[in-house]
Amino acid sequence: MSSALVNVPARARRGEVIEIKALVSHAMETGYRRTQLGAAIPRDIITRFACTYNGTEIFRAELHPAIAANPFFAFSTVATESGTIAFHWSGDNGFSVAASAAITVA
Amino acid sequence: MERRASRREFLLTAGAAAAGVGLGSLAAVGPARATPAEMQEAIRRVVGSARVNTGKVKLELPPLSENGNAVPLAVSVESPMTEADHVRAIHVFTEKNPQPDAVSFHLGPRSGRASVATRIRLADTQTVIAVCELSDGSFWSGRADVVVTLAACLEDG
Repeated sequence: MSSALVNVPARARRGEVIEIKALVSHAMETGYRRTQLGAAIPRDIITRFACTYNGTEIFRAELHPAIAANPFFAFSTVATESGTIAFHWSGDNGFSVAASAAITVA
Repeated sequence: MERRASRREFLLTAGAAAAGVGLGSLAAVGPARATPAEMQEAIRRVVGSARVNTGKVKLELPPLSENGNAVPLAVSVESPMTEADHVRAIHVFTEKNPQPDAVSFHLGPRSGRASVATRIRLADTQTVIAVCELSDGSFWSGRADVVVTLAACLEDG
């Protein structure tokens, strides 16, 4: 099944800009491919990725078939307070995967 | 002389016919490709009637990509990322993929830095354009040309 891998620094100084990386396993079937018998393979992609910091959205992406399989995103945020950074991927055929990481801000 | 001429004619005709068949079947089974004009339309849908300025956006892709199935893409924008002056969104468009929209990122002052990375598919050697929307409502763009030797797989499953 799908699994997510996220990378958030465990500790940061208040006000520091930290880098966050997130990866989820997914084939990202484009909908433009055909089987060897010529039948169209239906689209099955992740369409949305969002990251929240203690419940407030800090980053969001809308995905199209041009995103490679196993979507990877690297982005940044300002470490404001200790808490949880949560990730959510959703897409075609009811795809929904969540992950989270704790951060301590001193 | 006459025989050689006819042989040459035959080869020319056969070659042309084979090329014709090849092109014909390619056109028949080839997936729909977006065109630079369609990319401009897709950009228009995002920016509306606003003017798209050149600059501020740094789009980084390898100039030569061996595998179009996963091409690293990094985009950054010169911006202080404050409440008053920040990047709201970055949209990435491709010229020759089956559809011009590739991905849209939404950022804000809490991003700290306007810098994002991902991996995209490229169906052909082409130009990729990133358009960013600033908090003052202006749009800026940056571009990168990529030569793709192995296109992202579009035909076989």
